[in-house]
Amino acid sequence: MKQKHWYDYLWIASAAYLILGFFNILFAWLGLLCFFIPLLLAIGGKDKLYCNRFCGRGQLFALLGGRFGLSRKKDVPQFLKTKAFRYGFLIFFFVMFFQMLWNTYLVFSGVQDLRQAVTLLWTFRLPWQWAYRVETVPLWVSQFAFGFYSVMLTSTVLGIFTMALFKPRSWCVYCPMGTMTQLICQAKHREK
Amino acid sequence: MGKRRAVVDQKLCVACGCCVKICPVQAISVWKGLFAVVGDKCVGCGKCAKECPASVIALEVREQ
Repeated sequence: MKQKHWYDYLWIASAAYLILGFFNILFAWLGLLCFFIPLLLAIGGKDKLYCNRFCGRGQLFALLGGRFGLSRKKDVPQFLKTKAFRYGFLIFFFVMFFQMLWNTYLVFSGVQDLRQAVTLLWTFRLPWQWAYRVETVPLWVSQFAFGFYSVMLTSTVLGIFTMALFKPRSWCVYCPMGTMTQLICQAKHREK
Repeated sequence: MGKRRAVVDQKLCVACGCCVKICPVQAISVWKGLFAVVGDKCVGCGKCAKECPASVIALEVREQ
């Protein structure tokens, strides 16, 4: 058996993050760590160390799909691993991300009211009022939390979907963060 | 007869590192965050090929 390290248990943090969002939406802000740490590691010369070692979501999928057997363990369809799809999905994710930032700005500037909802798969608006508990922070802080949690929940649902259908960590094939860090590595290590 | 050995399709590898985690002999590693590379220690067990989320690792017979 290989020796386990502390970072092999980061799936607990990933699971806790999703659960905490049901209780207090402001915990959604912690998800920014999953955005900045991979990018900073890639830029800071650690390449894809985040994917390779620290990604709690990947570990969670490996655990659910692998040990718990919730995956068919079939090959992903060919198109899913093409550059066109991976880059396309990254761009799509960016567009959705900026739309979320725009909504945050609209609430910040007072044009729009706070929407206490989580939007799943960019379409389904789920009422989420119960998780709105701290009313002392500015409204835009809460709006960002609802929006960001929507991003995280949506990508988890997509990941669970492809985990069930294909290999446990098939999310890794089209994960926008993974695509982004790989692009950073390509830019840094381009053949001289 | 030759020995079996893992071969990575580097064009399609997403460098996630699942193969590194599963390899029993530490023969595979992710090179500069770009793709996985197989070292001489590979015994051709096929665990990485099974684990790879993108299914871009194959086993090839290597002539001795």
